[in-house]
Amino acid sequence: MARAVSTKTKVINTAIVGTLGFLVFFPILWIAILSFKTEENAIRAPLEVLFGSGWTFESYFTVQARSDYFKHFSNSVIISVGSTFFGLLIAVPAAWAMAFVPAKRTKDLLMWMLSTKMLPPVGVLVPIYLIFRDLGILDTRSGLVFVLMMMNLPIIIWMLYTYFKEIPGEILEAARMDGATLREEILYVLTPMAVPGIASTVLLNIILAWNEAFWTLNLTAARAAPLTQFIASYSSPEGLFYAKLSAASVMAIAPILILGWFSQKQLVRGLTFGAVK
Amino acid sequence: MGRIILDKVTKSFGEVEVIPPLDLEIDDGEFVVFVGPSGCGKSTLLRLIAGLEDVSGGHISIDGKDATEIPPAKRGLAMVFQSYALYPHMSVRKNIAFPLRMAGLDKAEQEKRVMQAAEVLNLTDYLDRRPGQLSGGQRQRVAIGRAIVREPAAFLFDEPLSNLDAALRVGMRLEISELHKRLATTMIYVTHDQVEAMTMADKIVVLQAGVIEQVGSPLELYQRPRNTFVAGFIGSPKMNLIGGAEAEKMGAATIGIRPEHIEISDTEGTWKGRVGVSEHLGSDTFFHVQTEASPEPITVRTTGEKALEYGQDVFLTPRPEHLHRFDAAGLRIE
Amino acid sequence: MATKASRAAARLMISPAVLLLLGWMIVPLALTLYFSFLRYNLITPGAHPFVGWENYYWFVTDPSFKVAMVNTLQLVGGVLLITVVGGVIFALLLDLPMFGQGIIRIMVIAPFFVMPTVSALVWKNMLMNPVNGIFGQIAKAFGFQPIDFMGQIPLLSIILIVSWQWLPFATLILFTAMQSLDREQLEAAEMDGARWPSRFIYIVLPHLSRAITVVILIQTIFLLSVFAEILVTTNGGPGTASTNLTYLIYVSSLLQFDVGMGSAGGVIAIILANIVAIFLMRMIGKNLDA
Ligand SMILES: Nc1ncnc2c1ncn2[C@@H]1O[C@H](COP(=O)(O)OP(=O)(O)OP(=O)(O)O)[C@@H](O)[C@H]1O
Ligand SMILES: [Mg+2]
Repeated sequence: MARAVSTKTKVINTAIVGTLGFLVFFPILWIAILSFKTEENAIRAPLEVLFGSGWTFESYFTVQARSDYFKHFSNSVIISVGSTFFGLLIAVPAAWAMAFVPAKRTKDLLMWMLSTKMLPPVGVLVPIYLIFRDLGILDTRSGLVFVLMMMNLPIIIWMLYTYFKEIPGEILEAARMDGATLREEILYVLTPMAVPGIASTVLLNIILAWNEAFWTLNLTAARAAPLTQFIASYSSPEGLFYAKLSAASVMAIAPILILGWFSQKQLVRGLTFGAVK
Repeated sequence: MGRIILDKVTKSFGEVEVIPPLDLEIDDGEFVVFVGPSGCGKSTLLRLIAGLEDVSGGHISIDGKDATEIPPAKRGLAMVFQSYALYPHMSVRKNIAFPLRMAGLDKAEQEKRVMQAAEVLNLTDYLDRRPGQLSGGQRQRVAIGRAIVREPAAFLFDEPLSNLDAALRVGMRLEISELHKRLATTMIYVTHDQVEAMTMADKIVVLQAGVIEQVGSPLELYQRPRNTFVAGFIGSPKMNLIGGAEAEKMGAATIGIRPEHIEISDTEGTWKGRVGVSEHLGSDTFFHVQTEASPEPITVRTTGEKALEYGQDVFLTPRPEHLHRFDAAGLRIE
Repeated sequence: MATKASRAAARLMISPAVLLLLGWMIVPLALTLYFSFLRYNLITPGAHPFVGWENYYWFVTDPSFKVAMVNTLQLVGGVLLITVVGGVIFALLLDLPMFGQGIIRIMVIAPFFVMPTVSALVWKNMLMNPVNGIFGQIAKAFGFQPIDFMGQIPLLSIILIVSWQWLPFATLILFTAMQSLDREQLEAAEMDGARWPSRFIYIVLPHLSRAITVVILIQTIFLLSVFAEILVTTNGGPGTASTNLTYLIYVSSLLQFDVGMGSAGGVIAIILANIVAIFLMRMIGKNLDA
């Protein structure tokens, strides 16, 4: 196994892979830099941007003043956390049932649930839009929480199912013998044991909901608009706007980027949807 | 109390009948061992008694009450699983206290009982560890601790020692036997292991394909197997079963003779044969001797000092008082 | 584990999820189907007469439909190609012995966390803008004519942007799979005299095949519905050069307020997605039990 790798090889590898990695990361780095420049300086040639003057925090304040970042931010938080929370509430019992009381149809049921995910959102855009309009929940957070919960429910169920499958049923049976009711069995035994799996499910779904940009763009206008909408409002340029757009972008992606980096481990597990070990 | 009666209990998984109608009585305080080949339905039977599976037919009564429809938690039984099934996220203390917590006992009472159980099982030093930080034997003890704190009417064990290494197994075997003596509670114990069955049981239940082949004390089963299956299953090394002409001579379809009931001699005897493989265990030696009497080699048990060459000619003589005779259906002829 | 009581409990526990998903599927689906046979425009008030297949007819014969179909396929295919190939390469590279692998991995994963509207706007303006974008500036510095990405090659530009977003996903999954590859297998092959390319083709690729299936499956679901990237960059243009099916339906229903037409498009999108889905489900179904 342990074949000695020379430091030189390692340095060369690091240089090559590092450069490629840096290129992939570059757009993000670049907006982070631009967001701290004045508008005039932000559109200079790259080297001048880097080494020239004109560093400022001003764009961040301008963006907050112009489009009320915090309102959009809190909408994003409420929508992504809310949809994930309610999704879990429905998915945990369902996944418990499928993982621990499998029936002949369980596999089919699971496949059917996943297949609802194949339904292209645009196929049901019109009726959902009209229903929402008639119920008066267009541009409300609760409406979006519901839609995004439904969008992610199959994924949540699927992921929880794969995690629950790894837990030996005997432990739940032991709990049952010990006198636990179903609620206690799920609350005190299953859930704590599945914490890592639940964590990666939660993370992935918060990220998916945070970045969801079909329903959030089509069903909100102002009141309930999350950060996807906040950024979309920068799509039509008004004069010099690179620094402001950069600042707005950084503000929109920073929370989730940081969350994602810190929870990389759980996320990798979650991202593979339990399908790759 | 812990008198368990199975009355015409059956179990099918879909089309497959795993347990045909089965009757069994287990007396209060008895140590009953279920043995049988893999897949014969031992675990299924245990889980039926526990209530983890529904019976397909028949009734189970516990202490005179019909328990067939009672959920597992309410049957007053405790189970120890092969995989221990400890709660990995709880400390040993919390594991043992879990059934008490579920029963709604107050904290002080929980603590008292946990301490009692821990003392009995030598776990006092480990109470704050997680199951992951324990050895196999310690985990097993925690699982037992979790069972005894409930003061159940009966304990159910499903191959509790099969994940332990040989030395630990002997230790735990003694501990469980001792526990049984001390608590005098009914125990039902599933195992693959001959020695466990013989040494621990008051009563052994031999199962094959869901059917009880024989019920009896270990010695009864050893000395008077009811049929060829039990004869071949109980005892290690196995009883030699010989059919054909040799059996006919004695008026049976099959005769059986245990390895320790055969004399071996260089000069004279009933069956002439040639020594094959010898297994020296130290205390005993097993010789596998190929004879004309049967196509299978006959196993002979002698003292540890005995030594024979491979290929050497020998003579075997079964002791007539220890011969078992079986008819064409495999049933014992008295 | 299965007693009557636990099975009854299981049914109870699973029913909210099943009912919700069933409702979520059937109600809008039935309405879409129903609307697709009506002449129904939100700006023209009054009755919505039944018009049979008319909406379908107009939707399918509209030249932009064919363009949108081709664009959709190109978009999905292009992104899959780039991300799978790129992902395999990155997975192999990240697997090499190196310093600071953790940091490099973080950099590669980062685009996954960027919301579609942001990545599209950033690429469109800061990178691809012919005047002030970095690509343009670099081209100018070397004396080339900068490319007007969104004007000249809008679809390809969008493919690039979307690929950038999905490359991390492919890389992560393939890298995870890569790490579970039994090193002794590779060493055995090396002992058997297999050179690097043969080792890659006969050992590494087959090992990755399950992961590649997963990548293709999951990405296809999302890629069929690419929307925001088009909305904030080209608006489907110039003309219909970068309009995919999703965007076309959005234009009919929410920009032209033609509910009937939009619904007809929706039904077609659903049918197409189902064809793809059946194909993919077969694939994953086979891989799941393995
Ligand atoms: N849930 C189930 N569904 C279908 N068949 C089952 C189920 N559980 C057990 N069986 C079948 O019932 C038979 C008895 O199984 P059981 O687990 O009771 O055997 P066992 O005697 O405990 O075997 P072992 O000694 O290997 O543990 C086996 O043939 C098994 O395949
Ligand atoms: Mg068993």
